[in-house]
Amino acid sequence: MSRDNARYQADVSGAGATCQVALDVAGVGFAYPGRQVLEDVSFAVPAGGFCVLLGINGAGKTTLFSLITRLFLCRTGSIRILGRELGRDGTRALAQLGVVFQQPTLDLDLSLRQNLRYHCALHGLAMNQMRPRIEDALAGVDLAERAGDKARELSGGQRRRLELARALLHRPRLLLADEPTVGLDVQSRQAIIAQVREGCRRDGVGVLWATHLVDEVEPADQVVVLHRGRVLHRDTAAQLLTDTATSSIHQAFNRLTGGAPP
Amino acid sequence: MSARQYLRCLAGILAREGLRFLHQRERFFGALVRPLVWLFIFAAGFRSVLGVSIIPPYETYILYEEYIVPGLAAMILLFSGMQSSLSMVYDRELGSMRLLMVSPFPRWYLLVCKLIAGAAVAAVQVYLFLVIAWYWGVQPPLIGYLLVLPALLLAALMLGALGLFLSSVIRQLENFAGVMNFVIFPMFFASSALYPLWRMRDSSSVLYEICRFNPFTWAVELIRFALYAQMNWPAFLGVTGALALFLTAAIYGYDPGRGQMRFKQGGG
Repeated sequence: MSRDNARYQADVSGAGATCQVALDVAGVGFAYPGRQVLEDVSFAVPAGGFCVLLGINGAGKTTLFSLITRLFLCRTGSIRILGRELGRDGTRALAQLGVVFQQPTLDLDLSLRQNLRYHCALHGLAMNQMRPRIEDALAGVDLAERAGDKARELSGGQRRRLELARALLHRPRLLLADEPTVGLDVQSRQAIIAQVREGCRRDGVGVLWATHLVDEVEPADQVVVLHRGRVLHRDTAAQLLTDTATSSIHQAFNRLTGGAPP
Repeated sequence: MSARQYLRCLAGILAREGLRFLHQRERFFGALVRPLVWLFIFAAGFRSVLGVSIIPPYETYILYEEYIVPGLAAMILLFSGMQSSLSMVYDRELGSMRLLMVSPFPRWYLLVCKLIAGAAVAAVQVYLFLVIAWYWGVQPPLIGYLLVLPALLLAALMLGALGLFLSSVIRQLENFAGVMNFVIFPMFFASSALYPLWRMRDSSSVLYEICRFNPFTWAVELIRFALYAQMNWPAFLGVTGALALFLTAAIYGYDPGRGQMRFKQGGG
């Protein structure tokens, strides 16, 4: 772990005494055969906070998500979800996690309700728990009337909204969203991100939102800039502008990454 | 996680696999047509050529149709197991496999649930086939229909575990078709599904030994004996051992740290 990251970890530990950390990534590295993808990655998502993981395609965002969701084993560094070390207490850590993957994961042959039930089952929810939650979730994304339709009949934006609602069904304390708005029109994107911001603020869910779209960042958001597997910035968006002496996130990102288009 | 939560997870995966099967009618009919073609056409054509002597569990001379029904039942399990693992490769490429893998339940348990669900669906297909075979004149004792259920489930689990292991080492869907040709057809033909092994011994002792130690042969014989209300212990032990081996390999293969958990690289 670099000296900078060590200092950062000391900060996080200190903060942890007063403010709970939803996700703590410390000194994480990962390599595919012959290719280092992540190097000494450290950052934290506070409970109830919205953290944008900003990086171009190939920056290592999806790999990082695979490590946080335990699809890949984290051999270098550590990942804690609500204080639970993923390597040692993976079952409890994953129970606190809701995930929206970059690739769609709805079963298109099943109805909306059946898709949500399947998710509830994968988290061990009882029938009397899952029924009201599913109805609430469908109503929350304006799909209650289409509960019996097959998922393949939904538009791209509706599918994404359903996936977000599904990720929150088991009431996780941390939501990971890996580029969930890619390929959607501006209206759908705005609707989705507004829904997540509002819902997570209300319920105190920490969010790690990976994207390469700078217009999804708000000034109060925590921003982690990931570039070529390294963290170049971790602080609020406003601080990012101050540190880089720029007036927009787009410019700040360009300055940090040497002009790589976000 | 409590035992009830584990059961809910299993029930959810069973329900999903059942619904998927019902929604995919082509798969349903495809699974039935294949053995029926063998039973109606192949067996009728070869009845006189491939005469069968009295061998256990049969107590009298039987028609060739009667001989191949257990083999065709096992064939349904084999194809179903492989199709199930094919769908896992497909799910993995599409991403829906990730949903399963990030469930808080232990990964081995999730894989076992998938296997059980696949075995249950396959067993339903076999029963439908056996009903049709009954009307075709292949009528084992009624108690055999009950006793064959555990044999079917055990064999389906073993063949499903083999498919699961294969799906863990195969990177892409395109590669799967080739592997299937190297697995399904050799396993099926080098077994006692279509002809008794003593006939194979007459032709080649090497081939006979290969057939004898083919796990699919054990599955066929376990089903054959159970269908006629008898127990074949060597076949039972063989199928159980193969299940343990394939399942261990599959769990190893899907372990993110040690095995070949090969999600497509890339993305952001």
